[in-house]
Amino acid sequence: MSQPPNQKRMAVTAGVVVATVVGMTGLAFAAVPLYDAFCRITGYGGTTQEATAAPSQILDRTIEVRFDSNIAPGLPIEFSPQQISEHLRIGETGLAFYTVRNLSNEPIVARATYNVTPHVAGLYFAKLECFCFQDRLIGPGEEAELPVVFFVDPEIVNDPDTADIGTLTLSYTFFRSTDPAAADTAS
Amino acid sequence: MTHEAAHAEGHGHEDHRPSLYDWKRWVYSTNHKDIGTMYLIFAIIAGLIGGALSGLIRWELAAPGVQVFAEGAAITGWLNLDSAHGYNVTVTMHGLIMIFFMVMPAMIGGFGNWFVPLMIGAPDMAFPRMNNISFWLLPASFILALLSMVVPGNGDFPGFGGGWTLYAPLSTSPAHHSGPSMDLLILSLHIAGASSILGAVNFITTIFNMRAPGMTLHRMPLFVWSILVTVWLLVLSLPVLAGALTMLLTDRNFGTQFFNAAGGGDPVMYQHLFWFFGHPEVYILILPAFGMISQIVSTFSRKPVFGYLGMAYAMVAIGVIGFVVWAHHMYTVGMGLDLEAYFIAATMVIAVPTGIKIFSWIATMWGGSIDFKVPMLWAIGFIFLFTVGGVTGVVLANSGVDTSLHDTYYVVAHFHYVLSLGAVFGIFAGFFYWIPKMSGYRYNGFLAGLQFWIMFIGVNIIFFPQHFLGLQAMPRRYIDYPEAFAFWNHISSVGYAITTVGVLVFLITLAEMFIVKRKAGANPWGEGATTLEWTLSSPPPFHQFNELPVIKPDTHH
Repeated sequence: MSQPPNQKRMAVTAGVVVATVVGMTGLAFAAVPLYDAFCRITGYGGTTQEATAAPSQILDRTIEVRFDSNIAPGLPIEFSPQQISEHLRIGETGLAFYTVRNLSNEPIVARATYNVTPHVAGLYFAKLECFCFQDRLIGPGEEAELPVVFFVDPEIVNDPDTADIGTLTLSYTFFRSTDPAAADTAS
Repeated sequence: MTHEAAHAEGHGHEDHRPSLYDWKRWVYSTNHKDIGTMYLIFAIIAGLIGGALSGLIRWELAAPGVQVFAEGAAITGWLNLDSAHGYNVTVTMHGLIMIFFMVMPAMIGGFGNWFVPLMIGAPDMAFPRMNNISFWLLPASFILALLSMVVPGNGDFPGFGGGWTLYAPLSTSPAHHSGPSMDLLILSLHIAGASSILGAVNFITTIFNMRAPGMTLHRMPLFVWSILVTVWLLVLSLPVLAGALTMLLTDRNFGTQFFNAAGGGDPVMYQHLFWFFGHPEVYILILPAFGMISQIVSTFSRKPVFGYLGMAYAMVAIGVIGFVVWAHHMYTVGMGLDLEAYFIAATMVIAVPTGIKIFSWIATMWGGSIDFKVPMLWAIGFIFLFTVGGVTGVVLANSGVDTSLHDTYYVVAHFHYVLSLGAVFGIFAGFFYWIPKMSGYRYNGFLAGLQFWIMFIGVNIIFFPQHFLGLQAMPRRYIDYPEAFAFWNHISSVGYAITTVGVLVFLITLAEMFIVKRKAGANPWGEGATTLEWTLSSPPPFHQFNELPVIKPDTHH
């Protein structure tokens, strides 16, 4: 080589590229909390909202809320809503119950996840109280009533994507808890 | 400079080329041309294996019912793939092998290693030893991928059958893939990714720092531009795949819940992460072909490329936009209407720089003195077929249409037109353009032309009918189909048989070339071939550009 390339410049270039790789790897993992936050803030994918107080305004328009229940395969429980649907005014606080029963002779630690369809309405469906994302111990043969307190945000009528919606479906799915510590306490 | 122990007799004093049969030359290689050659041989072998897998698929689908993958069938039974799961494994591995072990090694590792240093007037790559690691990681990765086909995957059935996208929860759920097969596949792709990232660091450093005097960025041949854009896409997208794969691995083995809804995770997030890598990946597969086609069309039209700067920055634009359109692969997950509208618009915008390239190629040929040599046949075939695939891409970009066509054979036809017919035609074009330079021998033009026509007819017969099947809603990845789909499936399988003949003619062309040994001059293509590699002997000296060439303003492209 008559003119050896500048080693220092090459090291800088390579360093910048390696830093980019490290940065992108970091971003991939940062995507996990960011995605979660994104869903909570935007109601994306039917993620419902949590609220501490009912809205001050109640509209005359009514909306139907339907209730749905699902059980993950292999979980020996019975899980169903006590009412198929409720009609309530937009902004009004509603109360619904689900029933869960352990069909086995073993205690079960389970937790429920939920969403709302149509997905775009997730932003306007708020819960004051729910039985979601907590491990719940259900004793052998035990039956429990699970309340949901919720309201539909009056803002729903101002959003062009959701103004036409007349029916919402709230869907719960029970899974066996994946937290090994919780399963240990149960048995 | 390397100090090789073995010097072959009869070479000039300048040429320190070691013997072809010295194993150290290859295993310890730090020479960009030798490493490029190894990449090309690796890609040909992987391509034959991946092609054989697609043969099993087409054979199975030649008629309704389950034949090739029926329990106890000899053709798949020796690998324990004689089941519906075996069919899924075959489809999965065909995709992964063709993408990671055929197209990427051939274009970036093979042609990139060979011709980026030659075209910019550099003596070698910036980090020759790292180049060696980049290559040798790949066979290790490939062996792991092949091993994943024979170890338990789904219960007692071997292999991973969840498709090349490795979607959770199919890839994480113990109910579906409890065995070590998926773990081997994750490891394999991690290693292949590391190999590509190291290669990308090497290319970027080489292109930014080792250009010959006068070779400014805006005088670089378009093939070098295409590799530069491609390796930047690798650097930005592969770490995201690595992250997603690591999450799959920890979800499977260490109790994390990234993609498990029961534990508060979200399987749709896997799709977002995967396609943030996956969409740039499809441009990684096609951009080097764009570069090669530009060189070839210019050479055989005996004109400089029309709109050089537009061509270069169209590739940059495709690379940039390629990062913001990923969710068009997942319209059916239930995203909001506004989001869909954005992804539709962004996706369609890509047609603009792509159109610039297509029309510039045509404008390059316009009024040129066109010579229909074999590489030019492949290049024109590429332009035609890629345009067909691009048009169906614009159709699929519409979420309303895609909701109906999602996961049907229409999608299969679309991406095989841009990749199997586009990228692979690009590779063949580059191969027949540069093989006289790489080997020093000329091939038999009749045989090579025969291969082009057989394959052109064959692949079109395979994939064009799949548009019809898709529009009739035949889903992809199914082992069987109702009688109504039998006719076009049969035609498609006949096309595969024709293509196989084309591949055989290719192997015969190669063998004939190395047996007959017609010497190729430094520049077999004449005055149209203006880039630096044609100023060197064929094959080039083992170490080139001891005196760096000086590039004048009007001798570029």
